[in-house]
Amino acid sequence: MQRLSLYWIVVLLITAGISLAWLRHTQMQIPFKPGCDTGVWLIEARLSFTASQRPVLASLSIPKNPPGFRIFNEQAASPGYGFSIVGQGENRRAEWSRRTAEGAQTLYYKIQLSPDPLQRQKTEIPPPPPDMVYWQPSEATAALALIEAAGATSSTPESLTREIIKILNTKEKEQNAALLLAEYRQEILLTRLLAEAGIPSRVVQGIFLEDGRRNQSLVPMVEVYAGEKWILFNPATGEQGIPDHFLLWHRSGPSLLDLSGGSSARVSFSMIYQSIPALEMAKIQSDSNGFSFLSMHHLPLDQQGVFKLLLLIPMGALVVTFMRILIGIRTSGTFMPVLIGMAFLQTSLIPGLVYFLAIVGTGLLIRSYLSYLNLLLVARIATIVIIVITLITLASLMAIRLGFHTGMPVTAFPLIIIAWTIERMSILWEEEGMREVMVQGTGSLAVALCAYAFMRHPLVAHLSFNFPELNLIIAALILLLGQYTGYRLFELHRFAAMKDRTP
Amino acid sequence: MSWISPFALKDMGILGMNRRNHAFVARYNPRRFYPLVDNKLKTKQLAAACGVPTPTLRLVVNAQHEVKYVKNKMQDCEGFAIKPAKGSGGKGILVISGKRGNHFIKSSGKHLNERDMERHISNILAGLYSLGGTPDTALIEDIIQMDPLFEGYSHQGIPDIRVIVFQGYPVMAMLRLATEASDGKANLHQGAVGVGLDMATGKGLRALQFGKSVSRHPDTGKELTSITIPDWKNLLVLASRCYEMTGLGYIGADIVLDRNRGPLMLELNARPGLAIQMTNGEGLLGRLKKIEGLKQQKTDIHDRVSQAMELFGKKTPGP
Repeated sequence: MQRLSLYWIVVLLITAGISLAWLRHTQMQIPFKPGCDTGVWLIEARLSFTASQRPVLASLSIPKNPPGFRIFNEQAASPGYGFSIVGQGENRRAEWSRRTAEGAQTLYYKIQLSPDPLQRQKTEIPPPPPDMVYWQPSEATAALALIEAAGATSSTPESLTREIIKILNTKEKEQNAALLLAEYRQEILLTRLLAEAGIPSRVVQGIFLEDGRRNQSLVPMVEVYAGEKWILFNPATGEQGIPDHFLLWHRSGPSLLDLSGGSSARVSFSMIYQSIPALEMAKIQSDSNGFSFLSMHHLPLDQQGVFKLLLLIPMGALVVTFMRILIGIRTSGTFMPVLIGMAFLQTSLIPGLVYFLAIVGTGLLIRSYLSYLNLLLVARIATIVIIVITLITLASLMAIRLGFHTGMPVTAFPLIIIAWTIERMSILWEEEGMREVMVQGTGSLAVALCAYAFMRHPLVAHLSFNFPELNLIIAALILLLGQYTGYRLFELHRFAAMKDRTP
Repeated sequence: MSWISPFALKDMGILGMNRRNHAFVARYNPRRFYPLVDNKLKTKQLAAACGVPTPTLRLVVNAQHEVKYVKNKMQDCEGFAIKPAKGSGGKGILVISGKRGNHFIKSSGKHLNERDMERHISNILAGLYSLGGTPDTALIEDIIQMDPLFEGYSHQGIPDIRVIVFQGYPVMAMLRLATEASDGKANLHQGAVGVGLDMATGKGLRALQFGKSVSRHPDTGKELTSITIPDWKNLLVLASRCYEMTGLGYIGADIVLDRNRGPLMLELNARPGLAIQMTNGEGLLGRLKKIEGLKQQKTDIHDRVSQAMELFGKKTPGP
């Protein structure tokens, strides 16, 4: 009876999962396989400020024909505000207005762009020659000397720019450069120097696109007008041309953000790489289709990034259930391996593995010393948490020093769980010996790696995010596994001694 | 690595972990009775009320500030055991067999100073050994005086007898002997020797260490299967009484033989291990099914034990 109702639930879950997925596949053209659709960058600008009970007008500079990208779609979410996009020439701005507002305000502007290498810049109207630059007397001589030094080894506006950047970036600052840099920011100084040399240039701002990043801000760059087009220079490296995955957000016009009627304004950017077909994108705005209800793409961007990970957990849970019930692997902590596997997803495998082993290993060493100090349990765990944080900080600093500038999100590792693991492992060590620690440690890592392999698979990642209803099927499989009463694989080894029993 | 086929295991009626959890522990052990066996203090109080003998309780330590008085209160005791009330699998049990000056002597012969002992009690109170890490209580009991029968059978620790009791019927039993490898503990997975016992007579059947057959004790060299537990029926009756006491249908009762007091119930386990099957050379499943298949279950403990002894005893081959 009990079994029967369970099987009914399983059948129901599987049918619901499959049919929902199928309907959404046919109705909304979401593909079942990853890669057979266009990739789109969705970038969200989040504008926050404090309103002061006066009429509010916020105006944000937004991209127009950014080189290397094609604009697909843009929209704004801002309840209570009037919204419009105004554009004169190359300066396109999003404007929000409201009669009166009070307190913390948050406005969103979303834009979808598809990478398009053919999207080159059009020839543009040449800018007027630069205005006169005003310098302090001492600065003027330094600036002239600098331009002269750079001009001696250059022939074109581009090479002059490169030379100036080189001088500004040398390790041991030349006297003139040091004097000027004390007064101006690098990109500002560069445009002033170029203007002094009679070359039109401007400071632009852009953003490096990386999947799942949140709370990013714009990076300043300098564009120089030469040979009838604008050429981008990175003032930090001297690199010429537009870097890969770099979106020019703000190119001309007075400022990135103008705000009246508020204070403490801040703009931050989140982005995500989506693989949705153009057709669904078209439907997202119409929103009339009932099947789009389950679409994750309605969520704000930073939450989408979180859900990309979160929706993978059921897969990890299935792996753990399988490993424990069918294989019989012992792990330390039931679902800790899933969390470790998810951390590997964010750090990439080898560095994550090295990192994890190093931290747990060092933690165990220090913990073995702590046991001499005769501390109460809570205090000991708290100490281990702090030690783990210190270790992570040190390791990150060391990685940067050694030049591994991968920007590894080490915070991905669940700190408290690592601390508990260390504590449990060291108790296990004292009580049951090193062997059991090795058994459980290896078991946990094996399950973590297995979960990682599954969660990393592009098909799994694609399906879990685009068809969240498929998790119903995973739930059904887990329910079925919960019914399994046969032997575990490792029990076949454990009970091997029964072979020689006396009949 | 040696392996055995699942079909062979099935033929022998070996009970696997999944099946134990699903068909026996979950079905016959109501969750609400778990605290009675998971908390040794409650088990002891209950046992005292039901007339089941247990080792004498000397002291209960509930709070950190009481820890420093323990050594004064235990001054006159020669030997004692410190246990976490909610410990599992023998974790956190410290057996002090004697005293020399300010030092305590562990059953393994190692010395401990007062601070070591106090730290151990603090750890117990903080919940280091308890299920789920919840705050715990430390119990201090009289040490058990080993029955001379076991002389030479055990290294340092006291041997205990594990009896699986299913719906009040004893179904399988084994003797667990501490070894040097198990550090004086009687847990099989830590390296103790398990000796299967004949249900009819209490005589040794076959012995196992680390999942492999052994014939002699690895430390003392004594022949293992020659042992016979005296007063066997009474011991089984004591174990079976724990069914009525707790209301749990599938338990493992751990019983020790004290030189002066006879069989004592040491602790109960609501999820008893499966290694007992290998020491008996027989699966549990067949025996459990026999009990499940009984037409009418007897209410009298002695009748149940007699029936079980008859059902599960090894038939000695006739002359």
